[in-house]
Amino acid sequence: MTPTGYFLDHLWLIPLFPLATAALMLLFGRRLPNTGVSLLCVGSVGLSFIYSVGAVSQLLAADPERRVAQQILFEWLTPGPMQMTAGNAIRFVADWGFLLDPLSCVMVLVVTGVGFLIHVYSVGYMGHEGGYYRFFGYMNLFMFAMLMLVLANNMLLMFVGWEGVGLCSYLLIGFYFLKKSASDAGKKAFIVNRIGDAGFILGILLVAVTLGTIRFTAVGLPDGAGYSGIRQVLEAARDSGTLGIIAPTMTAIALLLFVGAIGKSAQIPLYVWLPDAMEGPTPVSALIHAATMVTAGVYMVARMNAVYQLSPTAMTVVAIVGVVTAIFAASMALVQNDIKKVLAYSTISQLGYMFLALGVGAFAAGIFHLMTHAFFKALLFLGAGSVIHAMSGEQDLQKMGGLWNKIPTTARTFAVATLAIAGIPPLAGFFSKDEILGHAFEKSPLLWLVGFITAGMTAFYMFRLLFLAFFGYSRADEHVEKHIHESPPTMTVPLMVLAVLSVIGGWIGWPGSLGGNARFEKFLEPVLSGIGTQTAAEKAASHSLAMEYILMLVSVSIAGAGIWLAYQFYRAKRIAPELVAGRWPKVYQLLLQEYYVDEIYDAAIVERTKDLGTLLGSFDANVIDGVGVDGAGWLARFASTLSMWWDKWIIDGLLNFGAKMMQLFSYPVRLLQTGMFSSYAMLILVGLVVLLAYYGHHVQVLLRGVR
Amino acid sequence: MLPIAHYLFLSLALFIIGVIGVVTRRNVIVVLMSIELILNAVNINLVAFSRLYGDVAGQVFALFIIADAAAEAAVALGIIIAFFRNRETVLADEMDLLKW
Repeated sequence: MTPTGYFLDHLWLIPLFPLATAALMLLFGRRLPNTGVSLLCVGSVGLSFIYSVGAVSQLLAADPERRVAQQILFEWLTPGPMQMTAGNAIRFVADWGFLLDPLSCVMVLVVTGVGFLIHVYSVGYMGHEGGYYRFFGYMNLFMFAMLMLVLANNMLLMFVGWEGVGLCSYLLIGFYFLKKSASDAGKKAFIVNRIGDAGFILGILLVAVTLGTIRFTAVGLPDGAGYSGIRQVLEAARDSGTLGIIAPTMTAIALLLFVGAIGKSAQIPLYVWLPDAMEGPTPVSALIHAATMVTAGVYMVARMNAVYQLSPTAMTVVAIVGVVTAIFAASMALVQNDIKKVLAYSTISQLGYMFLALGVGAFAAGIFHLMTHAFFKALLFLGAGSVIHAMSGEQDLQKMGGLWNKIPTTARTFAVATLAIAGIPPLAGFFSKDEILGHAFEKSPLLWLVGFITAGMTAFYMFRLLFLAFFGYSRADEHVEKHIHESPPTMTVPLMVLAVLSVIGGWIGWPGSLGGNARFEKFLEPVLSGIGTQTAAEKAASHSLAMEYILMLVSVSIAGAGIWLAYQFYRAKRIAPELVAGRWPKVYQLLLQEYYVDEIYDAAIVERTKDLGTLLGSFDANVIDGVGVDGAGWLARFASTLSMWWDKWIIDGLLNFGAKMMQLFSYPVRLLQTGMFSSYAMLILVGLVVLLAYYGHHVQVLLRGVR
Repeated sequence: MLPIAHYLFLSLALFIIGVIGVVTRRNVIVVLMSIELILNAVNINLVAFSRLYGDVAGQVFALFIIADAAAEAAVALGIIIAFFRNRETVLADEMDLLKW
């Protein structure tokens, strides 16, 4: 039966609630009291969560293979007939539509669920901060954009959400914009993401011209109405045997989209913005830079799995980038002293795991890890926020210690999350990480080995963090020490809920080898099965039960080894970490300085870009302005000077010459003109006499005639 | 009856006196009076020849000229008064506005 119901018909309301409150906050928030802001903003996310749960449960009521609800609100962009690479023209449409299938179910629940908890936590955490309404306005705007991203039914609408979360990330990293480092970090995140987004949008365009549609799937839309989807087009190509022709294009698309994922999900080489993003408030780090936004790249690759599965090259690239990022970031996390920096590198490393999973074709495992990671990493960040809150803003691990009994709830929930991320069974991280490593081993033991070592490093740095922060004697300043207090319930309750999720979150993916039935993987199966020819039976056959047990045992033991090592270093103090650091000072410095990647990027790219700018600037100043503009100006002035001389001396000169001549010749005439009538009368008289004298005899003749 | 020459000499004398007055005097009122003399010299001439030839048209002309002289005197005196109000003078050598 086709899934129907109230919530499925109103999918569009899920992103609308946070959008409405975001608009309210950003327009009128200044006038609202903090209580009102909290109620509205947390309430709207809560409402989204309720609607998401409703929609997902109505979807689950349908048969597993029919679990797709798609709804097109209206046609958004209809740019007219589009010329395809194949030569034919087609009608290209980008809808404003929503798609709820098992994959977006997972995402929408994680986003709204974890998002809701973090919003509740923020009420306590941000209570004393200025710009409370602004914070919640941005957070709600982020929720809207993220929900658009995961619910979009086509790539272009997804891109709207994709850019929206990028914008909110920028705004929230730079939330304390008066701090130079914070606004710089915001800019860095934004600019680095632009590089990835350029790849993403090129990928979208390539999909559009190659496949003629950017809709993910046509399932769930009325039959026979001419709706097409990427999956359907690829299936048609498979059936007509033309897959081989478009395969190279698929590789290009997959790689371009992966560039976008690299930027958004902080993978090598574009991961540099994420550690700096820790300048934002801690709930932001938890929501955006751990649980949701940074996983958008993973979601996008999983969403486009039909394309990726056609391109083994792209899959290999994804896997290698993922696993290298995982171990690279984990190595930096080993020595960091800032509590949030450790978690940031840990996030990058875990995202690397997810890409490793995607790259080896275990899309479900990647999404599974995405979900469990959202639980425990959000918990870790919120716990870290609670610690920072208790320590009056101190983030340096070297100045913590002995907090276990002073902030018991935070400490215990933090410990749960640490166990979960270290991969200790039966906590959530164990199942997801183990599944990824299992699939990686099937693909290539080398990938598995790197991931395996990373797992040990993860356990080590997380327990180092735990021991340094919560155990031993306190290294805090006296006045900080006095001030240490447990956080209010608005902060601790979300921690406890997330702790429970970190424990039980993995159980829905309990693997078959341990007596479960891998429900999570089966749930996602309809969306994530490629359009290739491999059947489920073949997939199952490639599993070897004994191998799986061994892998599990090994990965648990390396996690144990990591924990043991951390214990020796930081709890039992049998080995002094300083001694190890002193033995290899160069390695230690390299790790502490994060491989000097920022410096290398600065020198290789940022400074070169600035040089290019300076060069272009001087070209502009000297050549364009100097030769072009100034030269033209000089020429115009020169020409006008010439023209002026011609005018002044030749044209005017001739006129003046005429006038002067006239003046000269009129001089004697002017003498006659006295202005006195008596002299005029005299002249008349003289004239008369002269005339009479000349014509006198004529007068005589005249008179004689009269007589 | 006196020969015509007497009248003509009288007329000539009046005309010359008038011309000399117009040309030499500074006061414009005197100049105006001199113009009247010239006009009257003409009148004498006209009347004399009218009598000589027994043609009455000359006398009619003389009457026209008298009327004309009266009108001219009225207009000229008006101009002089207006001028005096502006420039505080009636002396012809200070009246050089025509030059401008």
